Amino acid sequence: MIDLTTEYLGLKLKSPILVSSSPLTDSPENIQRLQEAGAAAVVLPSIFEEQLTLESNALDSDLSRGTESFAESLSYFPAYESYRQGHDAYLSHILRAKAVAGIPVLASLNGATAGGWVKFAKEIEQAGADALELNTYSLPTDPRVTSDQLEEGIIELVRQVKASTKIPIAVKLSPQYTSIPNLAARLDKIGANALVLFNRFYQPDFDIENLNVTPTLTLSRPEELLLRLHWTAILYGDLSAEIAVTGGVHSAEDVLKAIMAGGQVAMLASALLANGIPYLATIQSDLLRWMEEHEYQSIRQMRGSLSRRSVPDASPFERGNYIKTLSSYTLRKPA
Amino acid sequence: MSEQQTAILDGNESCARVAYRLSQVITIYPITPSSNMGEWADEWQTAGHKNIWGTVPLVSELQSEGGAAGAMHGALQAGAFATTFTASQGLLLMIPNMFKIAGELTSNVIHVSARAVATHALSIFGDHSDIMACRSTGYVMLSSGSVQEAADLALVAHIATLESRVPFLHFFDGFRTSHEVNKALTISDETINAMLDEKHVLAHRQRALSSDNPVLRGSAQNPDVFFQARETANPFYMACPTIVQDVMDRFTAQTGRAYHLFDYMGAPDADRVLVLMGSGAGAAEELIEHLNAQGEKIGLLKVRLYRPFASEAFLAALPKTVKSIAVLDRCKEPTGLGEPLYQDVVTAFSEAFSSGTSPIATQPRIIGGRYGLSSKDFTPAMVKGVFDELKKEHLKNRFTIGINDDVTHSSLDYDPEFSTEDPKTVRALFYGLGADGTVGANKNSIKIIGAETPNYAQGYFVYDSRKSGSVTTSHLRFGPNPIRSTYLISKANFVACHQFSFLERMDLLSAAAPGAVFLLNSPYGPDEIWNHLPLTTQETILKKKLQFYVIDGYTVARDTGMGNRLNTIMQTCFFAISGVLPADEAIEQIKKSIKKTYGKRGDAVVQQNFAAVDAAVANLHKVKVPEKATATFDLLPMLPREAPDFVYNVLGTMAAGKGDSLPVSALPIDGTFPTGTAKWEKRNIAQMIPVWDKDLCIQCGKCVLVCPHAVIRAKVYDSALLAGAPETFKSAKPKWKGMEQEAYTLQVAPEDCTGCRLCVEVCPVKSKSEAKHKAINMEMQAPLRAPEAKNWSFFESIPWTDRNRLSHTQVKDIQLLDPLFEFSGACSGCGETPYIKLLTQLFGDRIYIANATGCSSIYGGNLPTTPYTKNASGRGPTWSNSLFEDNAEFGFGMRLALDQQKGYAEDLLKRLAPTVGDELVTALLTASQAKESEIEAQRARVLALRSKLAGVDSVEARALLTVADSLVRKSVWVLGGDGWAYDIGFGGLDHVLGSGKNVKVLVLDTETYSNTGGQMSKSTPRGAVAKFAEGGKRNSKKDIAMEAVAYGSVYVARIAMGSSDMQTVKAFQEAEAYDGPALILAYSHCIAHGYDLTYGMEQQKSAVLSGYWPLMRYNPSLRAEGKNPFQLDSRAPSISLKDYAYHEARYTMLTRSRPEVAKLLLQEAQDDVERTWRVYSGRAAMPGRAESPHIAPPEKEGAVAPLGAEGGDK
Repeated sequence: MIDLTTEYLGLKLKSPILVSSSPLTDSPENIQRLQEAGAAAVVLPSIFEEQLTLESNALDSDLSRGTESFAESLSYFPAYESYRQGHDAYLSHILRAKAVAGIPVLASLNGATAGGWVKFAKEIEQAGADALELNTYSLPTDPRVTSDQLEEGIIELVRQVKASTKIPIAVKLSPQYTSIPNLAARLDKIGANALVLFNRFYQPDFDIENLNVTPTLTLSRPEELLLRLHWTAILYGDLSAEIAVTGGVHSAEDVLKAIMAGGQVAMLASALLANGIPYLATIQSDLLRWMEEHEYQSIRQMRGSLSRRSVPDASPFERGNYIKTLSSYTLRKPA
Repeated sequence: MSEQQTAILDGNESCARVAYRLSQVITIYPITPSSNMGEWADEWQTAGHKNIWGTVPLVSELQSEGGAAGAMHGALQAGAFATTFTASQGLLLMIPNMFKIAGELTSNVIHVSARAVATHALSIFGDHSDIMACRSTGYVMLSSGSVQEAADLALVAHIATLESRVPFLHFFDGFRTSHEVNKALTISDETINAMLDEKHVLAHRQRALSSDNPVLRGSAQNPDVFFQARETANPFYMACPTIVQDVMDRFTAQTGRAYHLFDYMGAPDADRVLVLMGSGAGAAEELIEHLNAQGEKIGLLKVRLYRPFASEAFLAALPKTVKSIAVLDRCKEPTGLGEPLYQDVVTAFSEAFSSGTSPIATQPRIIGGRYGLSSKDFTPAMVKGVFDELKKEHLKNRFTIGINDDVTHSSLDYDPEFSTEDPKTVRALFYGLGADGTVGANKNSIKIIGAETPNYAQGYFVYDSRKSGSVTTSHLRFGPNPIRSTYLISKANFVACHQFSFLERMDLLSAAAPGAVFLLNSPYGPDEIWNHLPLTTQETILKKKLQFYVIDGYTVARDTGMGNRLNTIMQTCFFAISGVLPADEAIEQIKKSIKKTYGKRGDAVVQQNFAAVDAAVANLHKVKVPEKATATFDLLPMLPREAPDFVYNVLGTMAAGKGDSLPVSALPIDGTFPTGTAKWEKRNIAQMIPVWDKDLCIQCGKCVLVCPHAVIRAKVYDSALLAGAPETFKSAKPKWKGMEQEAYTLQVAPEDCTGCRLCVEVCPVKSKSEAKHKAINMEMQAPLRAPEAKNWSFFESIPWTDRNRLSHTQVKDIQLLDPLFEFSGACSGCGETPYIKLLTQLFGDRIYIANATGCSSIYGGNLPTTPYTKNASGRGPTWSNSLFEDNAEFGFGMRLALDQQKGYAEDLLKRLAPTVGDELVTALLTASQAKESEIEAQRARVLALRSKLAGVDSVEARALLTVADSLVRKSVWVLGGDGWAYDIGFGGLDHVLGSGKNVKVLVLDTETYSNTGGQMSKSTPRGAVAKFAEGGKRNSKKDIAMEAVAYGSVYVARIAMGSSDMQTVKAFQEAEAYDGPALILAYSHCIAHGYDLTYGMEQQKSAVLSGYWPLMRYNPSLRAEGKNPFQLDSRAPSISLKDYAYHEARYTMLTRSRPEVAKLLLQEAQDDVERTWRVYSGRAAMPGRAESPHIAPPEKEGAVAPLGAEGGDK
């Protein structure tokens, strides 16, 4: 019997395959279907603090617009005794997800201020999430803010959330830091239970016909996995925090690579968005078949087997890799 | 006596809280100022609040007040306790049912916030003319005069109606009481239960119709018995006063508050007494206490139970010493021997003296007078004027007080400076800009002071007649004594001006008391402000020794994320310097109330407000006032002196807020006003205005088309005219074939723009080097004001492009047509006005507009200045408003008159042919007037006719001169909103469309009763939240386009300018050209949809893309060509309904309050879209008559195909 069980964030999981934060986990019905298809755990869509602020401001201006200025129409909407805000909906989503899922439910939070992180993290904990993924996705646009300040900001936010909650905390990082190992080590030191590699950036596209900049959302491609594998393999073994691989996981092979690089778990969403939820079961059966064919007993057995520490030649993970790749391209070019 | 809680509320809420709990069925319909009572009922119903019997009342909106009364009547007959709320015209629509309900001796209460009935003009404000119109219905009339009484006497009415079996009309003064915020004691369930006698409750139910115990009620009776049967009610009316007094006494036992049928206050041995009812009693009481303290002997008799008029109780309540009485009526009965209350009083005395039962030995002298019509302020000074009159030897009867009647000299003199204000009461005046949060903040302050301190507090709010950039004035009083000053503040201890620009024209400090505090929101700091104040303002500050503070509120607001909302900032400043509360305590209370008010809107808003409080204190500065006035400029007049005399003198005085000072002689006798007056009022309300980039512009005309206020205009003109142009005047080469040698200018009216940005959003051009730069861009108004005003004035002097050179079906050309609707007071970014403006550009010189009451009648016809105007030849739309419910019929009547006059003129013409000449007569009678040039030609013929008739001395010639203009084509356009077209006026609209007459109808469909604050209409879409549909509308929107299509003979179009301006123009042209009725349904984005109207046109586009608002035209004329008359002008839905709808708060609110319901309704609404699309596309795909075989053979050889044989037309 092949053993797929995995531990992640102190949770016992039936396999290393998780569904990452995405629209897929937005409804309890889908969560149930994901569970049936074999998901070991789900990460709920991210709640964005800025979005809550925007929402609060928008609600305020929508309700205030044009009011108290004309004698016949002092307001335009009935006054409700309460309004369900985004975070109310999110918290009740956690409750409903927990109610239908027999698997762990991880919440995801994208904060902008220390106060916001701590407040929402506490609420998420109270709502019963099994763990919390802190999404540090943010774009520095202010030239006065140094990289040091940015990193220190993340460290401080995580420290505060750790101090005020008891549930395990995973930190989802972007790949765009000067020294990922240094940041990882600092996060590890302050008690992050796992690092999730990596965020995907949704860069806006240009509409040159209408001279607009439009937000785009594309599904991940398998090539994107390589960046994750690279950094997982480098970090594996240096941290007490676990590593989760997300972004570009599209097949059982990708799951295997993620684990072999040192990932505790692999997360996927785009593959399911493209192929449907039942595809998860296919990945799982492919995984089992591969392990059977290659006579692996357990997931644990292969974890980190291709990490930087475990391979005979670590140079592909280091600078040489770059030079070699470049030169190989050059050589292939026709004269 | 049960424990009583205080609350800060207005008269409407105070009354509704009682009415709701004593009702099982509440039928409602919006009408100012009573709408809020219905809104409260709807809100409480949705929140599940229960009535006194433990169930949630059913609150239901009807299609009109007539419907509400009918439904209430039915509910009563079937045994429910039913009520309704209304006012003015609405109450009048209930009268037929009121006769029935009373005739059937049914227990019922109607609560009325009394309002003027429209006569020479509509007025939304308070007086008793509506109440008085109901005197003969058999309803008992009970009057409340304050927020407290509105609750107390509501309860008395509900209890007494059960016990007496006669229905009650409980009323209080519209606005003065309905909208005054005051501290009042609330009525507990225990009190209600203690008052409610079960046996009467059961008796009411037992009288209900029941098929288990069937009866017939409402028979038809003949002369033999009707009369006698009518008299059977007498004992019930005779018993009524005693029952009411008994209920009042029991109420006193429960609450300690005493009421009598007539309440006397004042000197027990008074020789002069005033009799009145309603809120005016507050002002009168103040005056009487004041003068009696100085040794006078005067008194006031407050009428509570007006009808049945209990003469005995009335006479008994008067002091025996009374020598003269003045009876004040808040209404006018032009044909009576005096107003109603006066007549009742005179009759009571007359009867008592003739029967020898008078308790007063000598008949007092009695005079009657009118006061306070349409909420005209009624002050202690005026009361004094009346008492002074009562001292005179010869008394003036049928007098007026509070106005200057210099025509029939009815008015009494009084000293307006006389004041009786309680020195212990703090009086504060706040001038704000609509929607800057001033009023909301003041309501909040009243709650803080009223609820958190032992002080009493009162607030009354005055708004102007514009929906955008309006001035709000808040009148606040606080103090240790109960506040019954039912009049505006004229001597304030605190004056706050929240908008610096007000100082330019308004003399705000005239109401400041000596030594008062003056708080100004100013962009200038404490050291620079002085030099920016007008001379009058400086002099007043010095003369009255005002303490002067400034804060740069807008900067603080911007820095703390508050945008343009000053509420929290200015409120904090008020507390910081007024000394009403210790500063720290005040700030704590403000924050507490912020949490309460905004907490439910999210933490971010709360935090911003907190930040604003702290920043306000830090940025508030006291100004060191110099010793003398140094200003080199003074207050500007409201309207420029170049305006015509009537406009300058009369409308200008009104615009300056001094309309109260106008004498009777200044005003038109029949409600007729000149058009073209809005242009004189330069309101300067936009912080930013659009600026034209002439090099980038492609001259497409879209910005001109969408501008709701007609402030962007374009002309092509002789370039030689540019010689006299101001320095910064811009022009470009016209992009029209054949006009290249002339000049083109797109000009913005800088002082009339409201800054809505619709033009910038709709501009299709973007700079190649900077995408955000368009051919029209917003820039700060202040630096542009002077040069652009000069440019605008020059632009106006340029003649309009010759209309005959232009295609009237092309948007690009339409920009060059003169708009005859301009600068209205509609909301900034209004979705309705672009359609009206377009209508006037196309046909404005020949249209009669019948306008239903609503937004379009308010921005179209609310004084002081109005937007309809004339072209260079002096022609333009002529406009009138009849009622809300009868507008289609009103327009229909105009059509009949025009047709009749044309027929008469043609007849006269034939008779006068020998004088006029056959050639001209034939030309006049047979000329085609399809095109504008042909209409012009006909006008020339009429001119020729006039000159021929000028010297002719005959009856017929003189008659023809009066109707000759009817020979030129005239159009009747009926305008109104969806509340009119879908609901209250639908029966009439349907009839007029079915009449086949040449009447054009433009429905400005905002899908809600916008003017009264967003109540549901049958146009409201499924899933949207509206007032009266707080839980989301459950049913789909009515498709009146298809209802009209069903006639087969009505031109019908559904248009949305933001989606297709071309289709919009086409629809107007086709409707006008069609010789028969036409209906255009125009999608109009609205502030009541809940989003930034800057994106209004974008939303219109989405509405069409989603298939929610398909564009279609149904042109019966196409049938003659054998074509399918039904044309679909938009494509199959390409986005989901959600992608359109969820940009609007009216939909998303439901997702926040009832997500499950929202989800369900969205699904159903998406189904509606698909269903509609199938019907519309199917209809459009049907072959025309020429393209399909006859369905049935002709009845006989040579006969035309039977109706319905043509495809796509049934």
